[in-house]
Amino acid sequence: MKTSPAAPRAVPRQRTLPWRRRLARDRAVLLLALPGMAVIVVFQYLALGGNVIAFQDYQPYLGIERSLWVGFENFQILFSGDPEFLNALRNTLAITLLQTVFVFPAPIVLALLLHSLVSNRVRQVVQSVLYLPHFLSWVIVVAVFQQVLGGAGLLNNFLRAHGWQPVDVIGNADAFYALITSQVIWKDTGWATILFLAVLAGIDRSLYEASAVDGASRWRQTWHVTLPGMRPIIVMLLILKLGDSLSVGFEQLILQQQAVGLGVSDVLDTYVYNQGVLGGFWGVAAAVGLVKGAIGLVLVLVANKTAHAFGEEGVYRA
Amino acid sequence: MSTVTTTRQTTGRGGTPRARGTAPGGRRRPVVDGVALPGPFERTVKAVVLTVACALVVLPFVGIVSTSLATPEQVTEAGGFVLLPTGIDLSAYRMIFAGGVVTQALWVSVVVTSVGTALSLALTTTLGWALSRRGAFGVRAMLLVVLVSLLFNPGIIPSYLVVQRLGLLDTLWALIVPTSVSAFNVVVVRAFFVRLPAEILDAARIDGASEWQLFRRIGLPLSKPVLAVVGLFYGVGYWNAFFNALLYLSDASRWPLQLVLRTYVVDGAQLGSQDLGIDAASLPPQTSLQMAILVVSVVPVLLVYPFLQRHFAQGMLTGAVKG
Repeated sequence: MKTSPAAPRAVPRQRTLPWRRRLARDRAVLLLALPGMAVIVVFQYLALGGNVIAFQDYQPYLGIERSLWVGFENFQILFSGDPEFLNALRNTLAITLLQTVFVFPAPIVLALLLHSLVSNRVRQVVQSVLYLPHFLSWVIVVAVFQQVLGGAGLLNNFLRAHGWQPVDVIGNADAFYALITSQVIWKDTGWATILFLAVLAGIDRSLYEASAVDGASRWRQTWHVTLPGMRPIIVMLLILKLGDSLSVGFEQLILQQQAVGLGVSDVLDTYVYNQGVLGGFWGVAAAVGLVKGAIGLVLVLVANKTAHAFGEEGVYRA
Repeated sequence: MSTVTTTRQTTGRGGTPRARGTAPGGRRRPVVDGVALPGPFERTVKAVVLTVACALVVLPFVGIVSTSLATPEQVTEAGGFVLLPTGIDLSAYRMIFAGGVVTQALWVSVVVTSVGTALSLALTTTLGWALSRRGAFGVRAMLLVVLVSLLFNPGIIPSYLVVQRLGLLDTLWALIVPTSVSAFNVVVVRAFFVRLPAEILDAARIDGASEWQLFRRIGLPLSKPVLAVVGLFYGVGYWNAFFNALLYLSDASRWPLQLVLRTYVVDGAQLGSQDLGIDAASLPPQTSLQMAILVVSVVPVLLVYPFLQRHFAQGMLTGAVKG
């Protein structure tokens, strides 16, 4: 591995060298990259090849090689209006809509609030507390909510002790969307402020000074300086959210399906898991997964283009 | 952050504001950096909102810890949740550590988390280092492959098929290998390596250091803070992983703690003395056992949290901004 000092390595790019020489020269770099690249290539890219079973009547004991090819049959089953699939699709869209309306703005509001705190000490303490739930697993979050809101939970014990009616939240299909929305808010709002706070700290102070000279109040400054400063990051996150709009809280939902039933809690991801891994309808499940992934990709590209049309940076520029 | 925080520090909490100004509309309020200080009404509202938010995070944990420690009589009397224990009773903890299902799952989680984090750090730092060697053969292409992988997710079924094909089903490796390299963390680590001063590397190279020596002797020691953050992120990820285990392990004896937590706490299956590997005539109430399991699964996260917290804004934002 020793190199003679006479041969300068790597840094100045020498395009004139033939590729074999460059390969030989940089083989140590490539060797270092190899194990990590292998994991990414196998579990991200080669895994994509598994989608071919969407076109098969896949049987695990036959494997991909010997399962029968059935063309688009698996897709036909879906688009002929399988009620379970339609239910999962409807729930997915409903939950995505709820999350965009209630979950997405929460960290923006909280970040504005934290940013406006004068005392650094207070801000740091509050941040430490509110970031914490992000690092708890969904199993723990669901368990905590059960303990607090369940039939024998903190809230209902309190209500009963004071002679009030207990509320029925856990396992109640009517309250399910409110429950999962508040779980997401509880878990991730604090953590999500981190990006917004960084952007807020980066807004040019002279804009505030200039607007104060022009007589702007705190509220008008928020409206005319702070929010416009945050617009690019908000647009970017909305685009990413749109691309993800068909994947809603998989772990969160699968943990709670038993309690409320599939009627309200089945979404596309859980449908894929239940149909494929548990139900043995591998082909159909893979077809749903494939369509879902393709739509997600298209959504990101379209949203990105739309953002450009409105003069925003978006996520990337091709 | 720095300009804002430093100016605020000098003026915060009753200090004399550096620059005084007059808010419009006749109200005279001190102005700091062009922003008027909040009035009493606004301050009260903010204090209430933040106190409530913090209480909503903290109180459930107080309740969980209290219930796990409270005496069986008190738990039974309260019908479940206890907010302030009158006496301390550790029997719930003694029982879950007696060698049954929970103890075993705890072992699995500890092994998966430590082996996984070590492997992840090794793979992530070597790859991050290689990708920071701009101009080396194939680095641009590899970087593209890593970045594009951030944009899509192969899906549940394809991932399952790969793990199956590699013969990892029902082994603990299935909980480690598929998630061992996070492209995001690779990008974060690479961003740090890219910013190392070129002079140091050149000097070492002239002294005859090999690529491995550069990485091992210069790259790694200089990037300890970012390695700490990335390592902790991986560690928390492995510790919290639940779905991988559900998907890839059918044998309950290999379950990690999160799956045990799901079965006995979320789904409410009864923990008998058989499951706990003890022969006791009287078990503590199920709620006490459940809360003790919950505490055991949260405590490791709480222990690393202060370390994590010191660095994470920095670690996160490097990746986001410098990516």
